Amino acid sequence: MRGSSITGLLSAGALAAMVMGSQAMAQEDTIKVGVLHSLSGTMAISETTLKDTMLFLIDEQNKKGGVLGKKLEAVVVDPASDWPLFAEKARELIEKDKVAAVFGCWTSVSRKSVLPVFEELNGLLFYPVQYEGEESQRNVFYTGAAPNQQAIPAVDYLMNEEGVERWVLAGTDYVYPQTTNKILKAYLESKGVKPEDIMVNYTPFGHSDWQTIVTDIKNFGSAGKKTAVVSTINGDANVPFYKELANQGIKAEDIPVVAFSVGEEELAGLDTAPLVGHLAAWNYFQSVDTPENEAFIEAWRAFTKNDKRVTNDPMEAHVIGFNMWVKAVEKAGTTEPDAVIDSIVGVSVPNLSGGFSTMMPNHHITKPVLIGEIQADGQFETVWQTPGLVLGDEWSDYLPDSKDMIADWRAPLSCGNFNVATGKCGGKGVN
Amino acid sequence: MILLRVLGLALFFAFAAGPTVRADEAELRAIVAEFAEAKNFRETEAVARRLAGTGGPAVERVLAALSQGDLYVRKTDGQVFIGKEAGQAIDLSDPLTGAARGKFGKTDVAKVKVNNGLRRALRDLLGALTLSSGDEAARLAAARTMFRNPDASAIPALDAAIAAEQVEEVKMALREARAAAVLRSDMPETDKLAAVGLVGARGDRDALSLLTAFAMGASGASKEAATAAIAGVDSRLALWSAAQDVWYGVSLGSVLLLAAIGLAITFGVMGVINMAHGEMVMLGAYTTFVVQNVVRTSFPGLFEWSLAIALPLAFLVAGCAGLIIERGIIRFLYGRTLETLLATWGVSLILQQAVRTIFGPTNQEVGNPSWMSGGFELGQMSITWNRFWIVVFALAVFAILLYVMKYTRWGLQMRAVTANRRMAASMGIRTPWIDALTFALGSAIAGVAGVALSQIDNVSPNLGQGYIIDSFIVVVFGGVGNLWGTLVGAMSLGIVNKLLEPYAGAVLGKILVLALIILFIQKRPRGLFAPKGRAVEV
Repeated sequence: MRGSSITGLLSAGALAAMVMGSQAMAQEDTIKVGVLHSLSGTMAISETTLKDTMLFLIDEQNKKGGVLGKKLEAVVVDPASDWPLFAEKARELIEKDKVAAVFGCWTSVSRKSVLPVFEELNGLLFYPVQYEGEESQRNVFYTGAAPNQQAIPAVDYLMNEEGVERWVLAGTDYVYPQTTNKILKAYLESKGVKPEDIMVNYTPFGHSDWQTIVTDIKNFGSAGKKTAVVSTINGDANVPFYKELANQGIKAEDIPVVAFSVGEEELAGLDTAPLVGHLAAWNYFQSVDTPENEAFIEAWRAFTKNDKRVTNDPMEAHVIGFNMWVKAVEKAGTTEPDAVIDSIVGVSVPNLSGGFSTMMPNHHITKPVLIGEIQADGQFETVWQTPGLVLGDEWSDYLPDSKDMIADWRAPLSCGNFNVATGKCGGKGVN
Repeated sequence: MILLRVLGLALFFAFAAGPTVRADEAELRAIVAEFAEAKNFRETEAVARRLAGTGGPAVERVLAALSQGDLYVRKTDGQVFIGKEAGQAIDLSDPLTGAARGKFGKTDVAKVKVNNGLRRALRDLLGALTLSSGDEAARLAAARTMFRNPDASAIPALDAAIAAEQVEEVKMALREARAAAVLRSDMPETDKLAAVGLVGARGDRDALSLLTAFAMGASGASKEAATAAIAGVDSRLALWSAAQDVWYGVSLGSVLLLAAIGLAITFGVMGVINMAHGEMVMLGAYTTFVVQNVVRTSFPGLFEWSLAIALPLAFLVAGCAGLIIERGIIRFLYGRTLETLLATWGVSLILQQAVRTIFGPTNQEVGNPSWMSGGFELGQMSITWNRFWIVVFALAVFAILLYVMKYTRWGLQMRAVTANRRMAASMGIRTPWIDALTFALGSAIAGVAGVALSQIDNVSPNLGQGYIIDSFIVVVFGGVGNLWGTLVGAMSLGIVNKLLEPYAGAVLGKILVLALIILFIQKRPRGLFAPKGRAVEV
């Protein structure tokens, strides 16, 4: 704990001694894997689980004999939900600990903050969370969903199955919701939705008084057209939002809410009985009925010694990303970043929903898209899913300045923002 | 009279038809069995519609179970049952008779899936079925559902129901439902005009929604009437929405008041900048969580009382924590503001991380007792019960605290120590103990606030951080050292915030409020109710 500086110093010293000791002893026989997730601060609520997931995966892999005949060793650091600290810790992991790959980050702002570090030091980052797209970087593998793997199918579902004509785009005020809503707005307008039928609303992080906004949504929904809410509300603000929805009597049958940031973990803090029927779009649900998933949940619960522990989508993304990395390293025969970057494209591993996910040349992966409805037991029930796998589209086709862009990290193109119209690499979002 | 007789006849036939419905049980079973074969929601809906078409009370049971997701298919033989979850197993019962059919494992049965569209369709079907129910409340609910989801084909059924209805309230609801259905139908203009009048007279959001939809497709006189009715409803709603905003402001203000009132004592009266104040709120919320857990596992009957049980406990827990902090840290730092600030900030980090280590970083579920859930309508205002009780509770806490400060011996001593410490000490007041108890009281009040806030916010280790800044703003704005100032400050901040929000949005609204406070503090550095006299110098 951080209460006393003396104890802090002492324990830091002890830790350093331990780390150095183990380094000296184990330098030759282990491959180090960095885990860069906040264990304190506001994001700890979501990211701690991912740290546990990584420890679990590494443990499982070691039981199978490790990688390239060596055991894996996790190096866990705590960037404390502090964005600049993410960059610092990433540098520490690559330079000091010499990790072969890093699994980490949650918020887009933390990813943006570590990008230059990974580029400069040529590290590998596996990023497991759904994000706004408009990015493809040589050293980063995006195992979460791009907007076309989550937001767009969800909107399609509402439009086709529920006949929604009026849209509320509600989000937390930061880069992911804003970019996603920009894409969605362009997409909806391209489908013939009039601008007056779209209401965009932003709220601060951790917003807890939703009375006015829920009333606004109710009023917006009483214009005689079927209305739905597309929510990119993040983390903590969701619980009071859903409570207010339930208390004001907004039922999913009348105004459904489809959320992109609400998973099993977020629902754990809620009584979901009044929320039955509200939706979420992900690439994985704990309730997915496949033998792979069942085995995974069982092993995960055994590892955490908690038979109620839930699983969620970013966890599955880490499972896929980690297995891809293991496979790519074995294919390349080394953990050298350059070799892994070359060998990982095209690597295919089973995902937990019964199919295979493949790493594509744009460093995004193929995934199925599932739409689930909240159930009274806090789980989601899949009510619709894409017939096949969807390839992550890094540069949205619906934004005017990114529709000509593609990313392909294979030689000879080897570019994250190739403009098809001008035939040049670069131009936008040089990261 | 004739109508009554017709009704009597109809009833007679309904009873007479009873046995034939039972005779058709085989047919019903055949339809129910088709749920097992439905491949998608549309097919399930088609089966449900056919089932509803046969009528009869058994159908109601099946459809209600389906809409609640309680209809299961046994995997071994494809038979359809109603199931209730019982731990890891599912209790199956016969869909038509309700007779028990034994327990099965979750993997042995497959749920008949339902989605929103299907649930909506089922709600309408059930509405039509319960229209002639013997229960007044069920009929009223059915009429209201049919009003919200009008269907032109239901008009004959509604006409029959209106004719048979005896209770005036239900009759009115049925008439409105019929009017709504008429708006969707292709009935003659005169009928539609009458319907517009009837719907417009309701003057609420639902009516507005129906009329707007109708006006879009209508033409001629009925369109004009609809537009006029919409304008009428709109202007009525505008007034109500202003009232609604003020209520939301009061509600936000009472949350601020709850969070800040403890601080008004520690910071306002004692002058200690207590950064760990938010964590006292968090301790109160976690106490509620623990109490609810114990209640759930050991005394499930007491759940409705869990908050009442949690209140004194939260008071004690947070009070003791406050006492320990004061005795252990703050008493060595009186008069050294910066050090106090840093030390209490450290304490707040320790408490957060301790809670995170003990309870985990994720949100904990604190349930709302039934009297804290849902809401009620006051005219066109919707007021949720949890907000309503929090307003009441905040004012009660304020009143009690005011009483303690003004009329008890302890309160007198507290005020004496604040006004002039040396003089109070020479009068025989043990000032160190008064300090400790005052700080403990401030913390305990924060703990009590935590019980209330657990009902509307996340119970997570970060709970307190969300409130600490707002609390300081309220106390500084209201005037340090004045409880009334805290009340007025909290309420005016809440109301200004909520009046700005519809126009400026939540983000900009908050910024504007902060900017206003900065300007205000420039003008009146001591807040709304500036302390006067010697106390200012101490």
